[in-house]
Amino acid sequence: MSPRAACRLEAFGFERVFDYTLGIADWRAAGLPIEGKPPTSLVVSDATRGDIPTSQLDEPIGDVLARTSAAGWEEALVLDCGDVVVGRLRGSSWEHDPGTPVSTVMELGPTTVRPNTLLEPLVERMEGRGTSLVVVSTPQGALVGVMIRTEARRLIQGEPSEQIWLDCEGCPGRWKTL
Amino acid sequence: MITNIDRSELLSLIDDGALVLDVLPQEEYESGHIPGAVNLPLRSLDTHAVASMAKGKPVVVY
Repeated sequence: MSPRAACRLEAFGFERVFDYTLGIADWRAAGLPIEGKPPTSLVVSDATRGDIPTSQLDEPIGDVLARTSAAGWEEALVLDCGDVVVGRLRGSSWEHDPGTPVSTVMELGPTTVRPNTLLEPLVERMEGRGTSLVVVSTPQGALVGVMIRTEARRLIQGEPSEQIWLDCEGCPGRWKTL
Repeated sequence: MITNIDRSELLSLIDDGALVLDVLPQEEYESGHIPGAVNLPLRSLDTHAVASMAKGKPVVVY
């Protein structure tokens, strides 16, 4: 919707028009303050962290593994066409020759969920299937972050977000304590 | 000129006093918006609605 609004404003003579294309979902995912009625139920963006390592298609897998491990993660996401999630790196993806390009070893088309999806039913489905992490993206496929099931469960159980995401850059709740 | 921006650029623009417009329908705006954002749903975005806004000032839409 916002590209259309930006286009109209420009036509009306505004000289400096900026489009925050990721919008409110991205803002919520960063844990920034929201004005308005508080949501009645937790949604995925309440538990979405934006700090998962990312990679481009042509990077050598060894470089990405080094960066991912150094950041304390076991997996990374591959982005193309801007911020669109095109692949996931985990498990056996890492066992290739370090010089292998990411594009040949990534899992294609990872499952994604939207930031405004209700949190609790999704966490229950993930618990049923033994899924530990899900990728959160906009309807256009742009990466918002990831939701980790165990963290989301703690949030549902009422633990304050500051306690769940201690010292995490770009995690829900981080900005509220500033 | 239209520039696509990310969250950090948005935060600097807010610091610089940019006008932030939420172009989503009113119900969505009311259920949560960026603090200080003004609701101007796309369907009511016409010349009349923007008449009082300074054309040279930065304006952010989302």
